[in-house]
Amino acid sequence: MRITCPICGARDSREFSYRGAALALDRPDPDAGEDAWAEYVHLRENPAGVLRELWYHEAGCSAWIVVQRNTTTHEVLGAELAAEVAR
Amino acid sequence: MRVQGRGLIDRNTPVSFTFDGVAHEGFAGDTVASALLAGGVRLMGRSFKYHRPRGPLTAGSEEPNALVTIGRGAAADPNTRATVQEVFEGLEVSSQNRWPSLGFDLMSVNDLFAPFLAAGFYYKTFMWPRAFWEKLYEPVIRRAAGLGALSGQPNEDRYERAWAHCDVLVIGSGPAGLMAALTAARAGLDVILAEEDARMGGRCLAEREEVGGRPAHVWAGEVLAELGAMPNVRLMTRTTVTGAYDGGTYGALERVSHHLPATDPRRPRECFWRIAARRTILCAGALERPVAFRNNDRPGVMTAGAVRAYLNRWGVATGKSVAVFGNTDDAHRTARDLADAGVHVAALIDTREGVTGPAGIPTFSGSVVCNTGGGKALDSITIRRGGREDRIAADCLAISGGWNPTVHLTCHMNARPRWRDDILSFVPAPDAVPGMEAAGACNGAFSTAACLREGAEAALRVAEALGAKAAAPELPPAEDDPYRIAALWHVPGKGRAWLDFQNDVTVKDVHQAAVENFRSVEHMKRYTTQGMATDQGKNSNVAALAILADATGRGIPETGTTTFRPPYVPVSIAAMGAGAQGKGFAPQRLTTSHKATTERGAPMIEAGLWYRPSYFPAPGETTWRQSCDREVAMVRTAVGICDVSTLGKIDIQGPDAAAMLDFVYTNSFSTLAEGRVRYGLMLREDGHVMDDGTTARLGDQHFVMTTTTAAAGQVMKHLEFVHQCLRPDWDLSMISVTEQWAQFAVAGPKSRELLNGLLDQPIDDATWPFMSCGKIAVQGVEGRLFRISFSGEHAYEIAVPARFGDSLFRLLVARAEGMGGGLYGMEALNVLRIEKGHITHAEIHGRTTAFDIGMQRMVSQKKDCIGKTMSERPGLMDGGRERLVGLRPVGAVQQLIAGAHLFGMDDAPVRVNDQGYITSTCWSPTLGGTLALGFLKRGPERYGETVKMVDHVRGITAVCEVVNPVFFDPEGGRVRG
Amino acid sequence: MRFSGLRILKEGLTGNKGWTPHWRDPQPKSEYDVIIIGGGGHGLATAYYLARDHGITNVAVLEKGYIGGGNVGRNTTIVRANYNMPGNSEFYSHSLKLWEGLEEDLNYNVMHSQRGIINLFHSDGQRDYAARRANSMVNQGDDAILLDREGVRKMLPYLEFDNPRFPVYGGLCHPRGGTARHDAVAWGFARGADRRGVDLIQNCEVTGIDIEGGRVTGVQTTRGAIRAKKVGVVVAGRSSQVAAMAGMRLPIESHILQAFVTEGLKPVIDHVVTFGMGHFYISQSDKGGLVFGGDLDFYASYAARGNLPMAEHVMEAGLALMPMIGKARVLRSWGGIVDMTPDGSPIIDRSGIDGLFLNCGWCYGGFKAVPGSGNVFAHLMATGRYHENATKFRLDRFRDGYGLMDEEGTGSQHNLH
Repeated sequence: MRITCPICGARDSREFSYRGAALALDRPDPDAGEDAWAEYVHLRENPAGVLRELWYHEAGCSAWIVVQRNTTTHEVLGAELAAEVAR
Repeated sequence: MRVQGRGLIDRNTPVSFTFDGVAHEGFAGDTVASALLAGGVRLMGRSFKYHRPRGPLTAGSEEPNALVTIGRGAAADPNTRATVQEVFEGLEVSSQNRWPSLGFDLMSVNDLFAPFLAAGFYYKTFMWPRAFWEKLYEPVIRRAAGLGALSGQPNEDRYERAWAHCDVLVIGSGPAGLMAALTAARAGLDVILAEEDARMGGRCLAEREEVGGRPAHVWAGEVLAELGAMPNVRLMTRTTVTGAYDGGTYGALERVSHHLPATDPRRPRECFWRIAARRTILCAGALERPVAFRNNDRPGVMTAGAVRAYLNRWGVATGKSVAVFGNTDDAHRTARDLADAGVHVAALIDTREGVTGPAGIPTFSGSVVCNTGGGKALDSITIRRGGREDRIAADCLAISGGWNPTVHLTCHMNARPRWRDDILSFVPAPDAVPGMEAAGACNGAFSTAACLREGAEAALRVAEALGAKAAAPELPPAEDDPYRIAALWHVPGKGRAWLDFQNDVTVKDVHQAAVENFRSVEHMKRYTTQGMATDQGKNSNVAALAILADATGRGIPETGTTTFRPPYVPVSIAAMGAGAQGKGFAPQRLTTSHKATTERGAPMIEAGLWYRPSYFPAPGETTWRQSCDREVAMVRTAVGICDVSTLGKIDIQGPDAAAMLDFVYTNSFSTLAEGRVRYGLMLREDGHVMDDGTTARLGDQHFVMTTTTAAAGQVMKHLEFVHQCLRPDWDLSMISVTEQWAQFAVAGPKSRELLNGLLDQPIDDATWPFMSCGKIAVQGVEGRLFRISFSGEHAYEIAVPARFGDSLFRLLVARAEGMGGGLYGMEALNVLRIEKGHITHAEIHGRTTAFDIGMQRMVSQKKDCIGKTMSERPGLMDGGRERLVGLRPVGAVQQLIAGAHLFGMDDAPVRVNDQGYITSTCWSPTLGGTLALGFLKRGPERYGETVKMVDHVRGITAVCEVVNPVFFDPEGGRVRG
Repeated sequence: MRFSGLRILKEGLTGNKGWTPHWRDPQPKSEYDVIIIGGGGHGLATAYYLARDHGITNVAVLEKGYIGGGNVGRNTTIVRANYNMPGNSEFYSHSLKLWEGLEEDLNYNVMHSQRGIINLFHSDGQRDYAARRANSMVNQGDDAILLDREGVRKMLPYLEFDNPRFPVYGGLCHPRGGTARHDAVAWGFARGADRRGVDLIQNCEVTGIDIEGGRVTGVQTTRGAIRAKKVGVVVAGRSSQVAAMAGMRLPIESHILQAFVTEGLKPVIDHVVTFGMGHFYISQSDKGGLVFGGDLDFYASYAARGNLPMAEHVMEAGLALMPMIGKARVLRSWGGIVDMTPDGSPIIDRSGIDGLFLNCGWCYGGFKAVPGSGNVFAHLMATGRYHENATKFRLDRFRDGYGLMDEEGTGSQHNLH
């Protein structure tokens, strides 16, 4: 699998590490309640299809990247810097 | 035997080799199979289950029968295809899976019991008596199973892995591949042409049909010469593309020196390539399939295409009297080539009605071969026409059951091939692999002209997609005969008709599977083992599923196929994992004091990727405990030196650096004064402890965080996540500076005295109180000093740029030794910290909370931090949890041992009574006894109670008292002293 | 038909003409007492034990493909009971006991072979944790032996002892651990369930779950609607999709786990050996293939196939640990879709919907659990009560934090277990 890092260009997936759904960007407030925190930390939509997810260019530029990828075909549809998405 | 004037071998270069100790001769360009066949050897292997005698069926990597072992000793390479392995001077070839010899194999007795060894028989028996499975049945089965043998010795050969990038990867160098590569290369694209064979050209090397008015191999040679002269083309022979992976990534195995006499130390034996290609053109050709009929497995029975290849490429007649049997015109072509070469063609048997064979060849149309005769080699065949059967003499039978496009790579990403009724074969689904086109025979185009055309057209499409200007090449005139085939999978009749030659799966087995309701093609495969041999079903899948389709009353497309999986041909573990043997598996990280440390004979132990000294043996010390006790006492009474550079160091700067630390630590850092250090506890978002360490504030907007050695990478990743993903608006930068600084602990009552002899400016308690930090200099070299302590003593950590690490270390050690101190290693470090009740990852093992380790008060209630909310889940704050305690033995047994469990004094040591466990223990020379840290249910409420420690696996039971985990100097006077 | 050596003999002498289907292919009825969604190992075992232990035989197992086609047919066949944490400990112990009587029970040779598992450790810290786990195993009544380096050398002389990157300090040996023939387990349970009256419906994909007033009433399938008052979801990597049909979101992420088998070789590896530092485990099948695997591919996936980075890493680990296997050639690699939970341990529980039960979250280790999982899930579905050996696999443990079973200590990130 090859992922196009917005900073470094197309690289083999072995340069990256993986975190999971980009839901991790949306951290609830401390008092958001049990449901919100359960959703954030544990529950996953886990789609068989396009997923927005977080990758970390660990052996590269250290950028966290939001990748859109199809979990059934592994097709990578796009990647952007997490910092820009989160802003 | 050899046929004069035929073949592309180099008759001027004879080569001698041995097979089972017997000398044989071949020529350069021969494979083991072609050379042995030339010498009249047909028996080259035994089948897996019945140990039937077998000769080569094919002339390629799909070979199911002629598997041999090459070389001997540690270099022995089992399960090598005799049909691929090139001969070289001195090559040693041995047959395998036979005893005592290939010719006389006692295991062939299995063939007599075949009626009792039908599909799936082992699922139905060997169940009684129960103990016999492991004691008798299975050992016998295991000894009989397997093909070749590993030597059992470490593999000493060299292997490599490499990357290649290209615009266009062309897989296969037959007519389609050559045209594709030529067209793409002429358009200026970077092309890799990968060919499994030692020589490029594919079927151009094996057929007599001309291309462009000259012999096909001559035409191929001209194209290759042009390609070879182009700087944008890379020709890779002996390179099999083994797998198609995501994003245009392909795996490929190059057999770099399998064909060379001695392994050249500069050359690897194999290289595993990762090829990243923008586009790929698959020109992998097609594989001919045999036909199932009674006793179709005797040595001498082979595919017609293989018979032509042996004849035309290697100049070998595969028999004195050859019969040809098939359902396509390929059978006729084979008969023609043989006759032209002067080989006697005993009969041409065509299942199709009304066909006429080449002149002078006895042709039986509308006929089938229904049996064969012979012992260890074919001597006759039986022809059935109408109701009549005739036996005729033949020592070779060439079978053509039609061709299967080599669709394997197109299926590696889950696409299913499509059935084409006109050619009775599967072809690749369109867009089966993103970026890959199939052209030529692998795409179902079986004439040479069609292959040339498809190769060129695919390259033109690829060039356009890549934005290159390609010109349509002139296509050389070539054979363009239509492909006519009549369905023929199985000749009905009695006896066993083989489908999977290696695994001994017959038509009866498939029928039985259907009867037993293993009707799904996957069930049939798994139940009969058809397709699970080393050819991954290349020779048997289509016929087997046709027979299954027939047996279950379904069509072939409806029956479906099993899944082709990587690798296309088996790949050695040594190639795919090249470089990992010995120390190569993981990087070795060495501190700047490594040399000085090992010079002192300290045993080094792994700490993650780092190496750290276990202890420093002094003269006269014979056990690690003696050294450790001395080192502990040294630190408690004088001064000790320890390299702590392996701890993660993260430099954090910027206006929001303090906010960042407040957010990732449970406690507050924005309140930390400049020049001060604070201990911090870090949680995962799920509320459990991730790591701990100290962070120093070097300036208003400048912090240096230390992490544990083990968690350095994890913490760095976590901080980047928090910054980039959760707080991108914060203005700060972070970088790991672990390697940039050499850092040494100077611990003990004499530590300040030691430093004051070394630092350019002396320090005192007023300017450098406990938990202070700042700049220092040693002989003009600027560094940092932290007054922190893991040992509980008055202690410092001094840091200098790594290039000064070795010299500072030696200076520190020399001074320490002059003061009655010296070096201490990991063992002493561990004792010192246990005495103080300091935790490491033995305690914060990923399942403990701040509450468990008695640090719940460090979770600030004034602010949010990562992990805070989830740490407040009721289950994580429950009083009944196992929590950190100290333990001291109070009974006759004074040994406490990490990994032991804790129980109530009167409870049986079983799970339901389990109260906790011990994580760390040591002998404390300071306190003169054994100490332990552990986790105990309601631990902190139970100081003074006695509990029972039980270690079943080491046979130790001890009584211990629950105590405060800070054993030594609980008031902390010494660190401040 | 009862299978035996005598039957083989009789059939062999009469042309093998008397064999009969191992299971029927019935048309689905319009209503069952219990529907099990998923014809993998766990689903088939559930149906079998519903019939055997609870007399509930009006059961349908609905399988969208062919039975045994999921992870039970694509794993490294390891069977063990060597867990540390309460909850897992008693459950896998229970499961192993069922394995030990499985052939007689099913009248099917699943080739359960207790050849022993050795988990190697490579530091003092790892030894301490191995000892803790070993003691947990003995506390539970299972077997564990702590081997020192020489003890390991005696059993596994072919390991890299001389120039290793991570030296072998010793190993945790679990003699009752071993392997089984994975397909046979699925088929044995299928045949056993079928013989007790369970309908195995293949090529029947569930497309919807019918719920009325908070109660499950049946399912919609590609072969029509089927009613049932109890429905068990046992679909491993597809759990999130099926749960979504009931409006649920699960604490599960689906990932790829690859496995590998080499060409057949004469016996060289007698045990199951695991190499923690390299996430590598290996055994040799009765056919002679080296069967081995490693860690997850790390990214969420439903593709049932892996990529090269992890494949290469697994080979590296194998070479580092046992350099004698270098010349073995990998014949086939494959991938399974595994259902990863936030603590790496499974979920066997009621759902928030009456009559709808969940059995999922087996991560990369569901094969050994097949009999136990079916057994305790059948108990839960039949009686409404947790089986005594499966009281902790609750869905709400993540929410309240009670009884988490994070054996690896890696926390709530699903793919790290």
